[in-house]
Amino acid sequence: MRRKLRIGWFSFTCCEDSTILFVELLNDKFFEWKDKIDFAYFRTIKRNNEISNLDVAFVEGAVSNCEEEKKLKEIRKNAKRLVAIGSCAVLGSPSNQRNFFDDERLKEIAFIIERFKLKEKVSSVSEVVYVDDTVSGCPMNEETFVTVLEKYMKEFGVV
Amino acid sequence: MHNELDITLENISKTEGHADLDVKVVGGKVTDVKLKISENKRFFTQAIRDKPLIGLPQLVSRICGTCSIAHLTCCTEAAERALEIVPSDQTMLFRKLSMYGLMIRDHAMHLYLFVLPDLFGKDSVLEFDESQHELVHQAFDVKGVGNNLSKIIAGRSVHATIPQIGSFSKIPKKDETDKIVKELKGVRSHVIELVDIFQKCNFEFKRSSNFVVLTTKDFSFLEGEIRSSTGTKVKESDYWDFLTRVVIPYSQATGFKFEGKEYMVGALSRLNLNKDALHKDTKRDLSDALKMFPSDNVYHNNLAQAIEILHSIDHSIELLEANEFKEESKPEVKIKEGQGIGVIEAPRGTLYYMLSVNSEGKIKFGNLVIPTAQNQIKMENDIRELIPQILDKNREEIELELEKLIRAYDPCMSCASHFLKVNWR
Repeated sequence: MRRKLRIGWFSFTCCEDSTILFVELLNDKFFEWKDKIDFAYFRTIKRNNEISNLDVAFVEGAVSNCEEEKKLKEIRKNAKRLVAIGSCAVLGSPSNQRNFFDDERLKEIAFIIERFKLKEKVSSVSEVVYVDDTVSGCPMNEETFVTVLEKYMKEFGVV
Repeated sequence: MHNELDITLENISKTEGHADLDVKVVGGKVTDVKLKISENKRFFTQAIRDKPLIGLPQLVSRICGTCSIAHLTCCTEAAERALEIVPSDQTMLFRKLSMYGLMIRDHAMHLYLFVLPDLFGKDSVLEFDESQHELVHQAFDVKGVGNNLSKIIAGRSVHATIPQIGSFSKIPKKDETDKIVKELKGVRSHVIELVDIFQKCNFEFKRSSNFVVLTTKDFSFLEGEIRSSTGTKVKESDYWDFLTRVVIPYSQATGFKFEGKEYMVGALSRLNLNKDALHKDTKRDLSDALKMFPSDNVYHNNLAQAIEILHSIDHSIELLEANEFKEESKPEVKIKEGQGIGVIEAPRGTLYYMLSVNSEGKIKFGNLVIPTAQNQIKMENDIRELIPQILDKNREEIELELEKLIRAYDPCMSCASHFLKVNWR
């Protein structure tokens, strides 16, 4: 029996639109991917999740606090490949809109930044860790995602 | 029986977005319950100021991945009222169909993928065994039809491209609508089975509460009067006057009270207060299930969602079969100073947008009220009352029960934490 591709799907600061598209792709692909993919971490659909020893980590969303930054670095350590998914992960936008606020707006949100220990600036994924591949779009481009996923299935000897 | 208990649930699974829960029991008494919406704020309230109104629906769509069409639609309604634009009957039909596509897809995701594993004692749909595979096929078929309906009418199911202020930029072709009607008819029986599953489900948590909902004449989630189970009736434009903001310091989302009291919005409220408006075919085929409402059982929110999927299918079939869509002239979008309020029923409940725009067509300020934020206080109070009832269970079981109850609300943390600070200027 061939091995499965061990993946993790992670969401940071964003609207999780690419998660929804991933779940929609399952409408047609569920039974095919179920045999080829080990969904080690996918909090949206399962409760018991593992972060260790991933072949590929898919990361959606921008990084807006130290906890997210720490988690992302941990994911990177545990994943052979890391793919930034969707506009917020790839570019930081639009979740980083506060990076461009004027003084008046920054003053208004200062107590929230303080209370929830948010970073001064929101970062894209590649500003924090090395990124092997990107799937851009808001939400992600579905075809590109499938191409990248299939590329890694080949690379890791799943197909 | 636990006399002392400290529970922290981090990053609750099978919901949309991030939330944590802290519970403390000392001497057999619940001393602390904190439902913390930990989704990081993206400061939309500040970001929309000074942005052109014309582009706003596309920006606020990004508040939420799963119910983006609800934000897009509600913002568009508020913008049209600010600019005094009246959309055509055909545009209103498209808007209803977009909402139905959303309801089918979003409710189906919640029920089949998030809740059914709880019913079967499984971690996820990935663990369903062969005997449940037929149900998994049905799950993806139903979700897929909702997805396809949104694509045909609105361009995409997430961050839709065709809806505009005042009109829809593209008309679906006859062969596309014929195909989707066939697909909708094809999944009807699956949804009736789903309703049956949730009707037989014995999950129960009851606590009397106030339900609030925008009641629509044809149950199409768009136009009507806001009502509460205490008998209050409110015009869409006056909704804010009945609400009190409650700052919850440990949550990245603001809570709300209606007439000074906790309340619940969402599918359960809609069924409790407006079930007579459901489509006639839905009422015919689900007459037994509909007898369960009105209900105080929070888990009936799931049954209500299943019923709403069938209604969304039935009304969509009728609208698509009874209408021929044609190109039509679009209302002129003329920039002017003004203020507009939009209220719709999003999948998780009443969604409110108030937009104030200056003479250059730029946003002076905006005020949003999000369904999950409105349910926050009731959710926390429910948890507080549930804990003493389940203290004889082991820790793992208690944690599961708490997650199950939170999941019944189908909360959406991405939406809830958009950050609201009202500046009345």
